[in-house]
Amino acid sequence: MKFKVNNDEVFASTGGRPFDKKKPLIIFVHGSGLTHMTWVLQTRYFAFHGYNALAVDLPGHGLSSGESLKSIEEMADWVNNVIEAVGHKEASLVGHSQGCLVTVECTSRYPDKIKTLSLMGGAGAIPMNPELLSLAENNDPKAVDLMMDWAHGPAGHFGGHPVPGLYHINTGTMLAKSRTIQNTLGVDFRACDNYKNGFEAAKKIKCPTLSILATDDKMCPVKEGKKLASLIDGSQVDIIDNCGHMMLLEEADRVLTVLKKFITTNYPPISS
Amino acid sequence: MSDKKKELKPNTYKFDTLSLHAGYQPHKNAGSRQVPIYQTTSYLFDDVDHAAALFNLERGGHIYSRISNPTVGVLEERVASLEGGTAALATSSGMSAIFLTVMTLCEAGDHLVVSSQLYGGTVNLFRLTLPKFGIKCTFVKPRDTEGFKKAIQKNTKGIFGELVGNPGNEIMNMPEIAKIAHDAGIPLMVDATYQTPYLCKPFEHGADIVIHSLTKWMAGHGSSMAGILVEGGKFDWMQNDKFPTMTKPYEGYHGLSFAEEFGPTAFTMKARAEGMRDFGPCLSPQNAWNVLQGIETLSVRMKKHCSNAEEMVKYLSKHESVAWVSHPSVPDHPDHELAKKLLPNGRGSMIAFGIKGGKDAGVAFINNVKLASHLANVGDTRTLVIHPASGTHSQMDEATLKFAGLSHDMIRLSVGIEDIDDIKNDFEIGFRAARKPRLVSNQ
Repeated sequence: MKFKVNNDEVFASTGGRPFDKKKPLIIFVHGSGLTHMTWVLQTRYFAFHGYNALAVDLPGHGLSSGESLKSIEEMADWVNNVIEAVGHKEASLVGHSQGCLVTVECTSRYPDKIKTLSLMGGAGAIPMNPELLSLAENNDPKAVDLMMDWAHGPAGHFGGHPVPGLYHINTGTMLAKSRTIQNTLGVDFRACDNYKNGFEAAKKIKCPTLSILATDDKMCPVKEGKKLASLIDGSQVDIIDNCGHMMLLEEADRVLTVLKKFITTNYPPISS
Repeated sequence: MSDKKKELKPNTYKFDTLSLHAGYQPHKNAGSRQVPIYQTTSYLFDDVDHAAALFNLERGGHIYSRISNPTVGVLEERVASLEGGTAALATSSGMSAIFLTVMTLCEAGDHLVVSSQLYGGTVNLFRLTLPKFGIKCTFVKPRDTEGFKKAIQKNTKGIFGELVGNPGNEIMNMPEIAKIAHDAGIPLMVDATYQTPYLCKPFEHGADIVIHSLTKWMAGHGSSMAGILVEGGKFDWMQNDKFPTMTKPYEGYHGLSFAEEFGPTAFTMKARAEGMRDFGPCLSPQNAWNVLQGIETLSVRMKKHCSNAEEMVKYLSKHESVAWVSHPSVPDHPDHELAKKLLPNGRGSMIAFGIKGGKDAGVAFINNVKLASHLANVGDTRTLVIHPASGTHSQMDEATLKFAGLSHDMIRLSVGIEDIDDIKNDFEIGFRAARKPRLVSNQ
């Protein structure tokens, strides 16, 4: 579906179901340089089981217009604006990687609106490798290739996508190259590198929170994810073996199972 | 100790490694080092919720082997990885892969622009069978790049061609034709069976869908039929209103829009969800496994195919019984320079040559070679020969033969990986027999 936030058109996948204001809202926020497509193996389930699942394209990404937002704080406010723009007063947030920084910041800023927070491959800070950052800001496709290498665990490098026939390293590459690299990945990496408020923001979070981490995640290692989770009262942690940073694709079924249990328990769907 | 800063390099696996490993994780398959053959029709559901989620494309997994199968899935991922594609769908043959591609793209009333130099079966599909489904085609000679542009109509949904035409070895100017297609907002579909991804990756030159008959070089052993379509993932189906079946809500899956939901894998998802469900040209797991065995040695075999082919080109070019030789490695081949650009790792192992003495000499040659096999296949590890005018293209009338660039003296040679001296010795036997009737008639 398309709607406007700050006069720019926003695209969000609804998981193949029409948006229904009566249903509780879950917003999925993608990682650096990526799009709503990364959530396809999670959103459709929720959309068909009593929720409005909204996998957004951040401004300037995927099918959304406008320019990429330059800071995590701006993105956090933008997510709040999305909740209002679609006519809801509250939402459950799910983030991946950079999306974790955004949703942590958003939850700390708007504690009354955010009912649950689910973090995948999250950390309190994501400092960027200076060379990778430079490549992305200079529009070098090698930045995408490096990201795809580091984002997939050793097992994920062989493939074995849960959807038959899909090769996820190439799919991820295509998503990250779908818009100009410096305007998406470059801006996002710089925003991640600049963001310093993650740990302080985490301390303010009081809603039920889940962190899904992966043993082979090189971009947001388990110890960083645990450090963030330890600052959030009552945070649950689930660790996936033999899996890298792209857990939502590499181990999509496991992620969905954990996410499903967490969200339906803490933010129940309306019965159909 | 050096203080030189180490350059960052992506360590994703490269071609030869992907040929052996892509698409398969042993630890998820009881530690089996070899890909298991999942010889089953169907798969247990965990519960009713799981079944519904699979049917509704809410999660990945297998339901019924007509739609997908774990062994076939490994093959699909492996070929997608080798081609640089986002997704692939394997089928029972190369022809079914072409048919499924067209039926996923087109509806009745649509039109395609098609290269005239194709395998005879493919010509008949486009010329005779697709019109029965309301899909019309305009044929253009592969070297007539401007002709492709002129042939595009309002209802044209794509351009299709073989990268190197069968059997005349004409090469499509893929980058230019891709630009023509993209300027018109339509995809370019390329049958790259002759090349395999070892010789050419069409996505790097603008193609949007790549099709293979895996029966040929990819498998190599000539034991199993198989085909595949591979998606490049770059084509924007939502850029215009030409592809409503990709972009509009699809009744068959609760109003799903394939393009919105699956983006760079939308075409493959639709081909599987709709095409395999409704037409069902599925690949057997045994044949998928057989093809995987061939792909493991693809680069090794292709190097030998190409070196043998270049040796045969030299041999044939100097031979007294040969009127002409067509192969992109020949300097006076019209597409020699284009071939260097598109086929940097080798120009392939298909050679067309004209035998002096015409049809009778051709028949004598074919009937007398002993090592080379006379059959209707190409891309076997063994050397294969056929006389197209009386074999693969025999269902064409005289005018169609001429338009397809075929002549009665043409022999199609698929060079195998035998010892090159043995192939040449065998051809000497064939040429001696071919000269005999002419010598007799000259007396």
